[in-house]
Amino acid sequence: MFDTLSDKLQDVLGDLKGQGSLTEDDINKAMREIRLALLEADVNFKVVKHFVASVKERSLGAEVMESLTPGQQVVKIVHEELSKLMGAASTKLSFSPRPPTVVLMVGLQGSGKTTACAKLAKHLMSQGKNPTLIAADIYRPAAIDQLQTLGEQMKIPVFTIDGGDDAVEIARRGVEAAVESGRDVAIIDTAGRLHIDEELMAELVDIRARVKPHNILLVLDSMAGQDAVNVAEQFQEKVDFDGVILTKLDGDARGGAALSVKAVTGKPIKFASTGEKLNAFDYFHPDRMASRILGMGDVLTLIEKAQATVDEKKARELEEKMRKAQFTFDDFLEQMQNMRKMGPLTGMLSMIPGIPKQLKQTQIDERELDRVEAIICSMTREERTTPDIINGSRRKRIAAGSGTNVQAVNQLINRFKQMQKMMKQLSSGKKMQNIPPDLLKGGY
Amino acid sequence: MTRSWHEVFKGVDEPAGAAEAAEDAVGEEKEKSGGFFKRLKAGLAKSRKNMQQHMSTVMFDKLDAELWEQLEETLIFADCGVDSTVAIVDRMEKEAQEGLIRTREQFYERLEAALVDIFAAGDYRIDVSHHPSVILVVGVNGTGKTTTIGKIAWHLKREGMSVVLAAADTFRAAAIEQLGEWGERVGCPVIRQERGSDPGAVVYDAISAARSRDADVVIVDTAGRLHTQVPLMEELKKIHRVIGKQIEGAPHETLLSVDATTGQNGLTQARLFSEAVDVSGVVLTKLDGTAKGGIAVAISHELDIPIKLIGVGEQLEDLRPFDAGDFARALFED
Ligand SMILES: Nc1nc2c(ncn2[C@@H]2O[C@H](COP(=O)(O)OP(=O)(O)OP(=O)(O)O)[C@@H](O)[C@H]2O)c(=O)[nH]1
Ligand SMILES: [Mg+2]
Repeated sequence: MFDTLSDKLQDVLGDLKGQGSLTEDDINKAMREIRLALLEADVNFKVVKHFVASVKERSLGAEVMESLTPGQQVVKIVHEELSKLMGAASTKLSFSPRPPTVVLMVGLQGSGKTTACAKLAKHLMSQGKNPTLIAADIYRPAAIDQLQTLGEQMKIPVFTIDGGDDAVEIARRGVEAAVESGRDVAIIDTAGRLHIDEELMAELVDIRARVKPHNILLVLDSMAGQDAVNVAEQFQEKVDFDGVILTKLDGDARGGAALSVKAVTGKPIKFASTGEKLNAFDYFHPDRMASRILGMGDVLTLIEKAQATVDEKKARELEEKMRKAQFTFDDFLEQMQNMRKMGPLTGMLSMIPGIPKQLKQTQIDERELDRVEAIICSMTREERTTPDIINGSRRKRIAAGSGTNVQAVNQLINRFKQMQKMMKQLSSGKKMQNIPPDLLKGGY
Repeated sequence: MTRSWHEVFKGVDEPAGAAEAAEDAVGEEKEKSGGFFKRLKAGLAKSRKNMQQHMSTVMFDKLDAELWEQLEETLIFADCGVDSTVAIVDRMEKEAQEGLIRTREQFYERLEAALVDIFAAGDYRIDVSHHPSVILVVGVNGTGKTTTIGKIAWHLKREGMSVVLAAADTFRAAAIEQLGEWGERVGCPVIRQERGSDPGAVVYDAISAARSRDADVVIVDTAGRLHTQVPLMEELKKIHRVIGKQIEGAPHETLLSVDATTGQNGLTQARLFSEAVDVSGVVLTKLDGTAKGGIAVAISHELDIPIKLIGVGEQLEDLRPFDAGDFARALFED
């Protein structure tokens, strides 16, 4: 993986603080790095050109703030401009005063429409809505089965016409059925199609004319490359979609295509799909995406997730403990359980800036975490608070109790001690440099 | 010129009239609207002519900074990525300094040669010379694995091979039914278990079934997964091991499906899947759109993995052997 743009800018601009204003030479060097970073992030190169020009204009003669290095100053400008380009706050769906609100999902093959339909339905359910799904992908083998299975899983009805060969008719009757059964949102899944496939694009136009959707959402793969602009422009021309759902964001793609699509169509990214589970779906946050594209560490997301899961008072207690290095196995367990509620650990790590790269790439096996839980749960209360007392015979007992072996217990205790040290470092504000890369790896 | 299928399938005897069969396959093509594939096909037809005759994105006028910039932009716009783009432009500039590029013709010739050299890595063939041969198909969600398997099976059958499909995507809703339908269309058995069952067990069954039916090839469908999902990548390694335990040296091919619309993340995909299961070749899918699939250049350039097949549509016949020259020419057309 490439270094982050922040690091690179720091490199070319030096890290002396408060240097007055940026020189033209500085700026040119910085613009080159920005251009490369955006291209590597799959931002469309025409969009990059415009963007770099506007950043350059703002940077020329910009004062470098007292507390910042020139590199940080440029990152700040870039981040602000990027967030601006990505759009303001996250925008929600428009709901019809006369239900059902109809949502039409469109996009290329394999972009993740069917899963996104199910996730959106689930999301709406959690907001007290009463959605239904309509399966109108009559082309891909077993596409209808797929939506039906997902519907069953969520206990949401799925409308289709068995053996139907007319997507427009399925959509129309699906919406009718939603009216009859008193559902307040109807989400229509359509077949993936190429933006240049005239016949299939015409089908979408027909569906749109027939069911008059209140929202048309383009499903866009966050891994998409330069061509995303063509795709978005064509879909806009034909069906004039209202917003975008960005999928597969749990991967490590920078997602620059999202920026391109927003820049050329003006349509906001509304939702982000971030995992295999049906609840891995949320509103889209432009500022976070800006950070991600630049590789600046998605601090905001991390903070918000942490807040949602950990009760604040506990967090303060924990912080206190960390500072005093009183971190115990109980805290460890609790933290681990909280983290797991937030989603896969690797995802969490990659959001924290300042964590060494090798640690971010460390792969964590969730099953190993089950074993860790088992081991800690087999410790007595005393052992958990004062791990130093865990001697040989205690280790044997813990191993037997947790169905593991002494070696695993030893490993966990060793790593726990390292973790204590790390916590101390972290809370004293030092950069984490010396963390053994296997600290969070499997094999506890 | 594009290779014929019996050249691509290592282990298939040349059937009588193979050449005609290949012609047929081209003749059967439906007219596609616009798109990269059309250009690719045009490229096929015109391959005897010069690249420059249908090259329009880089206007060769004189050797100046603007030309190199145009070339750079064209490559970036095709998703070749910064590193591969720089490497190609550098090579061209060096050749220009050496006096190898003086005319427009030479410019396009050298450009095509640069790309063809990048694509020269590894064996272009698909090894089906064992009995049974096992082909494992892996890749990120939605890239075209299942569809590609249907297509490969169909082409193998046309070459007279018998094929068994293994429905080892036991995770995604209706994935088994999807492969089942392709099996029906192609006319080959699909070995399956229930959704949620162990993919290793499905593979085990499929290889046993292939042996008892005396089948030539087993093609294994796997669940789409992001290369960053560790437990799922571990599962893939396990599937790979299960195959190796049953047949020494298997899988004989591990094909990674890469969506031509993918940007730079495709390189990371290829790298991590290779590390996990030693990918022997890439299938570049969805080239019937307007995406140029330049990520294939980056993958070949940086990882030396051969591109073996291209997907050009959603029907059984929409699969082609990869041809570096055609691909290079299509890259530079509007
Ligand atoms: N236009 C076009 N579409 C394709 C091509 N190959 C596959 N598709 C379509 O892409 C979509 C996804 O294909 P699948 O074969 O289901 O992909 P997969 O990798 O098996 O997907 P998962 O198993 O869900 O990860 C389907 O709608 C296919 O019809 C191609 O070459 N061209
Ligand atoms: Mg599949």
